[in-house]
Amino acid sequence: MIATQATSDDILIARIAQGDRLAMQVLYGRHHVRIFRFGLRLVRNEQIAEDLISEVFLDVWRQAGKFEGRSSVSTWLLAITRFKALSALRKRKDAELDDETANAIEDTSDDPEVVVQKKDTSVALRKCLTALSPDHREIVDLVYYHEKSVEEVAEIVGIPENTVKTRLFYARKKLADLLKAAGVERGWP
Amino acid sequence: MMATSKQVQTETAPGEIEALLPWHAAGTLNARDTRRVDEALARDPDLARQYVAIQEEYAETILLNESLGAPSSRAMQKLFAAIDAEPARDSYASFNISARVAGFFARLSPRTLATAAAVGALALLVQAGVIGAVLTKQQGATFQTASAPKTDRQPIDARPYALVRFAPDAKVSDITAFLDSYQASIVDGARGGMFRLQFGDKAMSKDEVAALMGRLQNEKIISLAVAAQ
Repeated sequence: MIATQATSDDILIARIAQGDRLAMQVLYGRHHVRIFRFGLRLVRNEQIAEDLISEVFLDVWRQAGKFEGRSSVSTWLLAITRFKALSALRKRKDAELDDETANAIEDTSDDPEVVVQKKDTSVALRKCLTALSPDHREIVDLVYYHEKSVEEVAEIVGIPENTVKTRLFYARKKLADLLKAAGVERGWP
Repeated sequence: MMATSKQVQTETAPGEIEALLPWHAAGTLNARDTRRVDEALARDPDLARQYVAIQEEYAETILLNESLGAPSSRAMQKLFAAIDAEPARDSYASFNISARVAGFFARLSPRTLATAAAVGALALLVQAGVIGAVLTKQQGATFQTASAPKTDRQPIDARPYALVRFAPDAKVSDITAFLDSYQASIVDGARGGMFRLQFGDKAMSKDEVAALMGRLQNEKIISLAVAAQ
């Protein structure tokens, strides 16, 4: 995120703390899509992900006065989203969905004789990214899509910085295993 | 010199640098670590091969997330309905003060209260005063929630409004064409870079306004558009 937007986000939060509804609309407009996508990747249900957005931003409305600016607003939003997504997941058994996804991955390797084209590799890679465990999915998304630093991911997930690095490393190894099972060799590991 | 070489070798140990590769691909490393990774990539073909795989993962993760689309307007409607239902901030503050006073007195033991009857009586008086002040303030309050009827501030012209931020590279001719095509006019701005625009020649339903906001967001010259009043 560019520095000017981060500063502007801080100003919006200060205005929201004063009850400024317009500032809330602007902050929502700026962040709701990414928050939705992060939540959706965790809970895998659009309806629940949409409910999460409302809950996350309602928390922002209520807690804006307590925001101290130690982290960026986007990091704060992602941390709230993660907390709410995990709470939603605890209410819902997700095991069935994981099984379905794992089966779907195996379907892609139905013909080992077929030469894997670049496009197929891309499709397989995306399917395998979907098949990662929730812990691995969130760290991959936070680093690659939300472009969070080691320190920011540590804050959002609530783990030490070294664990952030090793968790992403093992997530990538798992991804490579899934790709191998789908018939895609990338020369690593 | 020998010690320095050893130090460099330790600092650029494959495990440590390898762990930083994803952040290097995402461009979120600090300058020092970026330089260390660059140097390691230049001299280690295995690491460079792994970095290519990471760049693929990086690109596909972005494509995957972008393919997830965006939430419906229902989420925003639900949020602002909930915000409208929230108590006004002033009333929160008053409640907290009275709650703190009440909590303080609640923590005192009966013995303390019995042995300090005069203090207790005074406390009751103070508490009664606080409650009275709260009630008086609430009765006299002039705030109004956004969901409450607002006939006194409802604009006579019910055409929809939006707050719009134009893209930095938008030309005046683009903006003029945009205003023409949407039958829109700028009625206020630019506060914080946002312009208040009014659209069309008639009132719109909530769904029509939501659809309009969706179309606006897809305009190249618009970087942000939110419905406004």
